[in-house]
Amino acid sequence: MSTRPPLSGVSGQLVKILVLSVVAALAIWAATPLVHAGAWVGLGVVVAVTALVFYVYLSPRRLPAKYLLPGTLLLITFQILPVLLTITTSVTNYGDGHRGDKADAIAAIQAAAVKEVPGSPRYLLSAAWRGENATDGELVFLLTEPGSGEYLVGDAEGLEPLDPGGLTVDPEGRIVAAEGYTVMTPAEFNAHSERITGFAVPTEDGGIRSTGFDAYEGVSTRTYDESCDCITDSETGDVFVADNENGYFVTETGDRIRQGWQVNVGLDNFTRFFTDPDVRGPFTSIFLWNMMFAVCSVLFTFVLGLLCAMAMNHDRIRGKTLYRVLMVLPYAMPSFAMLLVWRDMFNADYGLLNQLLGLELDWFGETWTSRAAVLLVNTWLGYPYMFLICTGALQALPRDTLEAARIDGATGFQAFRKITLPLLLVALTPLLISSFAFNFNNFNAIQLTSGGHPFPDASPQTGDTDLLITYTFRLAFNGSGVDYGYAAAVSMFIFTIVAVISGISFARTRKQEEVYR
Amino acid sequence: MRTKTATLAVGAALTMALAACGGDAEPQTTDESGIDFQGTLVIWTDEERAESLKPVVQEFADANGIEIEVQGIAENLQDQFVTASEQGEGPDILVQAHDWIGNLVQNGAIEPIPLTEEQQAAMNPDALRAVTYDGQIYGTPYAMENLALIRNTDLAPEAPATIEEMVATGNELKDAGDVEDVLSIEVGKDGNPYNAYPFYASAGGYLFGQDAEGNYDPADLGLAKPEAVDAFEKLAWLGEEGAMKTTMGPEHAIPMFAEGKTAFLVTGPWAMNQIREAGISYDITPIPSFEGGDPATPFIGTQTFFVASKGENKAFAQEFVADFITGADLATKLYESDPRPPVNIEAASAAAESDPDMAKFLAAGEGGYILPAIPEMQAVWEPFGRAHAAVISGDDVEAAVKGAADAIQEAIGA
Repeated sequence: MSTRPPLSGVSGQLVKILVLSVVAALAIWAATPLVHAGAWVGLGVVVAVTALVFYVYLSPRRLPAKYLLPGTLLLITFQILPVLLTITTSVTNYGDGHRGDKADAIAAIQAAAVKEVPGSPRYLLSAAWRGENATDGELVFLLTEPGSGEYLVGDAEGLEPLDPGGLTVDPEGRIVAAEGYTVMTPAEFNAHSERITGFAVPTEDGGIRSTGFDAYEGVSTRTYDESCDCITDSETGDVFVADNENGYFVTETGDRIRQGWQVNVGLDNFTRFFTDPDVRGPFTSIFLWNMMFAVCSVLFTFVLGLLCAMAMNHDRIRGKTLYRVLMVLPYAMPSFAMLLVWRDMFNADYGLLNQLLGLELDWFGETWTSRAAVLLVNTWLGYPYMFLICTGALQALPRDTLEAARIDGATGFQAFRKITLPLLLVALTPLLISSFAFNFNNFNAIQLTSGGHPFPDASPQTGDTDLLITYTFRLAFNGSGVDYGYAAAVSMFIFTIVAVISGISFARTRKQEEVYR
Repeated sequence: MRTKTATLAVGAALTMALAACGGDAEPQTTDESGIDFQGTLVIWTDEERAESLKPVVQEFADANGIEIEVQGIAENLQDQFVTASEQGEGPDILVQAHDWIGNLVQNGAIEPIPLTEEQQAAMNPDALRAVTYDGQIYGTPYAMENLALIRNTDLAPEAPATIEEMVATGNELKDAGDVEDVLSIEVGKDGNPYNAYPFYASAGGYLFGQDAEGNYDPADLGLAKPEAVDAFEKLAWLGEEGAMKTTMGPEHAIPMFAEGKTAFLVTGPWAMNQIREAGISYDITPIPSFEGGDPATPFIGTQTFFVASKGENKAFAQEFVADFITGADLATKLYESDPRPPVNIEAASAAAESDPDMAKFLAAGEGGYILPAIPEMQAVWEPFGRAHAAVISGDDVEAAVKGAADAIQEAIGA
């Protein structure tokens, strides 16, 4: 086996250098924020991948790896990683109210409960470091009370008066320089926002806190106590104890603080899906319609596409190019916009269809008209794709076989059924299966047209044209906030269904291929 | 308080002592004044608002030497904001309607803004109530919006006193062939709780019960009460009369009124530019109530500036939102770019003088129902809308209301 690199000569070397420099540039671009954030694991991955790329392409050997590497990396990034992320999300309660970790939640709870002490003054605030020419260290607040003209300094211990003699103030009274301190410029102040807003000068009633470039005396009515792992509300006296299994603070009476945190909930999301009566009840009917929608979409688009392709493939047709362009148009236009246009055409009172045909049909109001409507729209959107691939496959068919059949006296239909179609199917079945998988989860085709309508009054959550994906989307996203953990668990389930169906179909295709080989 | 008073007393004593000693007790004063903004403040809002906000904020920023970048986010602004904030990639300021407060707070994405008493006094009290959540003020509102009834004065010279009268006039005009529909009101096949609410309220329904401080109680769901069925009966009647139709979507309601194809339009201040351009003669009045019914109170919404709790320029952002947005200057300019009633009282009365329409919208919103900001409201929209769509299409009212109430309670309880 030759070890000669596939790209040789000067131009080959140039291309290689160019591509590798782009890789290096990308790696540096990706590494900079990682270094800043101190994300060493991420940095390690970037370094390892870059090193691998350089090793494979600079080495004279590793020929198969040269072909496999880009595809493998892309597969990992765009296929495997999202699946892994979905799996890890599905065992958590990640969603609105449970996004950060516990420390974030405690900080948010305490910050949200800071109330201004009634009647307390407002101060003009300058933040400063203790000591001359300091750029870091102990943070202090230099305060001016505009009413009385007092100058104060506040540190972690408390408030002290300041000697006005050592101060420089602006016309408003704000301290801009002070002996023994380094006053921050507004830009420095802003840059240290996180530290400054998190700082409070303790006072009897609470603490002096910053808001913008002012300070006020505020007290947090909710404080976290590590010893009992609980939060006490000083106004109401309620004690909220941490529920570390579910990720929120809760009182004995079941009152919850809304800011919670993300925890691992194991298989709870899956159990919820299988035991929820809202899911179990309508599941069969939605699943059957979902299958029907996917099968019919594939069937209709394929039949229509094939018919058009065969007609266009006929030798005696003139202006083929024009026809083909016209036929591909629905495919070339953004499906988003097309779906919305179709939805408006189906409007019962103002829609084009009813006006044109003189009908008074409430298209999305009845189960079967609504189902017919979404299938019609989806067929219209999908047949150009089938037309294109059928045209390609037809042109690739061996002419001699068909000629032989004709000489043997086969009619056009017989030749189609016995020769053309089987040969086409061998080539197209994988595409039909992927089209099925796509349509099984064709969220937009439903959401943007019928929106799941019609909905029976008794269950406003399950529409008659809902697919599993639109239905579960509604369940996961329309509670009091988004529930990503649940949504991930449901999508895992739908993924399993599609994978099983596709797997079975592929296995059967393989047998079919063997027959016609 | 004692320690501080003591400290202050000591401080004052020391100052006096120093003064008595003849020391230099007065601080030096520099000529530079005000806070010198540096860096760029990033504001996120939806695309539509970004358009009206951008020129005003830009002009204001230039005049004050601040760099502000307004970015319009096309899709899922709320979710994008929360996720971006979580990862420290978010903006410094978010501009949105106040009803997101509940969800933003439960995700720790925004924090209370301690506005001074003067700043609060300069605001419309309804708007201030809207941004108050769990007893805390979470943002600075700048504009308000609520529904009102706009009528074409050529077709309907008199303002209807009741909903029944409005429907009767609309039907007469329709029968006479002067208009195509009884009423222009956006519904759509999913229903429209926002537009249905004033009618629902007038017919005796409510959404959430309120405690003494005006906080909404998610456990007290009005839709689960028997009054809700009676209220939806009235909505069903509006459907029978052809006054509310699921076929009337956003692409029909305002344009049909602007083209003179309907005599009445229920809408908010956002429609005004379109209606003025159409050049029809119109008048704005509060939505009338059902005969002998409660007032048809619309939802009150506010457009609000929020400071992101994890923004990079938090100090500047807090200063900008608390000090500049509350001022009358900016409020007037924002009003001129997008004619929604200003929250700033001074700016509102100034605008009312030059633009009577705005005052009429404000009047139509008086006593309105603050759009609930609790996260549970999220679970109400869709089922309420479905029930709305179902009853005006002639479905069984009791079943529709029960279905909606069950769905909401299930979602809230989960």
